[in-house]
Amino acid sequence: MRNIIRLGASPRISSYYSVVGSSEHEGPLGDCFDHFSLDDKFEKDSWEKAESEMQRLAVAGALKRAGLRDTDIDLLLAGDLLNQCVGSSYGLVDFDIPYVGLYGACSTCALGLALASLLYNGGACKRCACVTSSHFCASERQFRFPLEYGGQRTPTSQWTVTGSGAFIVSGIGDVAVKEIVFGKSIDMGISDINNMGAAMAPACIDTIKRFFEESEHSVDDFDLILTGDLGYEGSKILKDLLLSEGIDIRKIHNDCGLMIYDRKKQDKHAGGSGCGCSASVLAGDIIKKLESRELKRVLFIGTGALMSPLTLYQGGSIPAVAHLIHLEVNDYDS
Amino acid sequence: MNKDEYKEYVKRRAKRSASPKNCGFAFLIGGAICTLGQALHDLYMHLGIHEQDASTLVSISLITLAGLLTGLGVFDKLAKIAGAGTLVPITGFANAVVSPAMDTKSEGYIFGVGAKVFTIAGPVILYGLFSGVIYGIIYFLWG
Repeated sequence: MRNIIRLGASPRISSYYSVVGSSEHEGPLGDCFDHFSLDDKFEKDSWEKAESEMQRLAVAGALKRAGLRDTDIDLLLAGDLLNQCVGSSYGLVDFDIPYVGLYGACSTCALGLALASLLYNGGACKRCACVTSSHFCASERQFRFPLEYGGQRTPTSQWTVTGSGAFIVSGIGDVAVKEIVFGKSIDMGISDINNMGAAMAPACIDTIKRFFEESEHSVDDFDLILTGDLGYEGSKILKDLLLSEGIDIRKIHNDCGLMIYDRKKQDKHAGGSGCGCSASVLAGDIIKKLESRELKRVLFIGTGALMSPLTLYQGGSIPAVAHLIHLEVNDYDS
Repeated sequence: MNKDEYKEYVKRRAKRSASPKNCGFAFLIGGAICTLGQALHDLYMHLGIHEQDASTLVSISLITLAGLLTGLGVFDKLAKIAGAGTLVPITGFANAVVSPAMDTKSEGYIFGVGAKVFTIAGPVILYGLFSGVIYGIIYFLWG
C-alpha cells in the first residue's frame, strides 16, 4: 500500500479551537471563529510574538473545550511559517507537553493532523495536540517586503492569513480520520512567489490522483474536497487539470484561501494562504459542519509551497507538497 | 505535461495586472508629484533661494513628505494605486528606506534598523555609486 494509509483504530478529532486577526474576522467566516483580535499584535510588541500568542490561545482553547489539562496530552505537534518555527516554539513554552516542531508551509495543518492520527492509531499516544499558525505581518517581512513598502501586488498573489487553529486527536469525538496520503515534494518549475497556487497545484493533483487510484471511494462519495490553500488561481488549475485526467471535482471543491476572505470586497487578490488559513477554516467551520452532520465525508488536502527567499534569489523554483486526510463522521454508514 | 509545458500553461492563463489602468494612475499621480516638485521649486525661487539650492530643497521636501506619509501608513495605500507613479520619483526611494527601518525596529537599532535599513535601497545606492565611478573614469579619460 504505497499511497493510502488506512487507520483502523479510527482516531478522532475530539477538540478544536480557532484564533484569527481582524481581516479574517471581517471575512465571510468571521462569526465561525472561536477567538478574534481587532489588534493584529494581540497586545504584544512584535508580529512574531503576536503569532506565538495566537498559538498559545489556540492550544489553551482546544484544551478548555475538551475539559483537559496540558498534562493530559502526550505530544504536541506544531508548526508555522517563521524561520526555525519560532512561532510555535516560543508560543508553546507554557504548556507541559512534549513538543515536536513541524514544517510543511501551508500543508502543516494537514501534516500535523496526519501524524497525530498515526501516533494514536499505532498506540504511541492516547491524546495528541496539533497546532499551526501564520501571521500576515510576520510572513510579509520574512518572504516579501516591509509592511509599509509601497508596491503593487499581481492578481495571482495570495494574502497570508493571520490565524491559528489547534486540534486534539484522541479516541473520543464525532469526526474520525479514516485515511491519509502523504504528498511528494513536486517542483514543476514555477518560480513566481506571487503565483504560489500554480506552484502548489501539481502536488495537489498528484496526491488526489494517488488517493482515487487506490481508494474504494469515488469523488461522488464526498460532500466536500477542501484544499488549503491554492487560492483562486491554483484552484482553477487543480480543477481544470484533474478534469482533463477524468476526475471531476468541480461541484464539491472549495479552498480555504477562497473561503476565509471576500476576495473582491476585501481586495485579497487570489485569496488567503499560510498554515493558519487551513487550520482556522478547518477548526472554525469544517469540523463544526461535520459535527452537525451538515457535511459527512470530507477530503482535506493541505498544500504547501516549500521555498525560502534564499532559494528563490539563487534562481530556484518552488517545490510543493500536498498531504491528504479523509475525515468522516462516525455514524456515516449507520 | 512536462515542466516547460506547465510553465507555459500557467503563464498563459494567469490574469495579468491591469496595465492600462495602472499606467494611467502612474501617469496622473507621478505627474502630480512632479508638479508639486515644480511648484515647490518655484516657491523656493520666489523666496529668493538660489536655483541650485532650490532644487536640493525640493528633493529634501519630497523625501521628508514621503517619509512622513510612510510613517503614517498612508504611502503604501497611495502606492498601491499609483504604482510606478510613486516609485519612480524620489518619493519611492524615501519609502524604500523608511519602510524597512520601521519594520526592523523590533530587532533594535543595530541589528534591526542599522543593518537592514538599506535592504531595498542598498542595490540602488551601490550600483548608482558604481555607475558614477565608471562615468567619472570615462569622463576623465575622454571627456
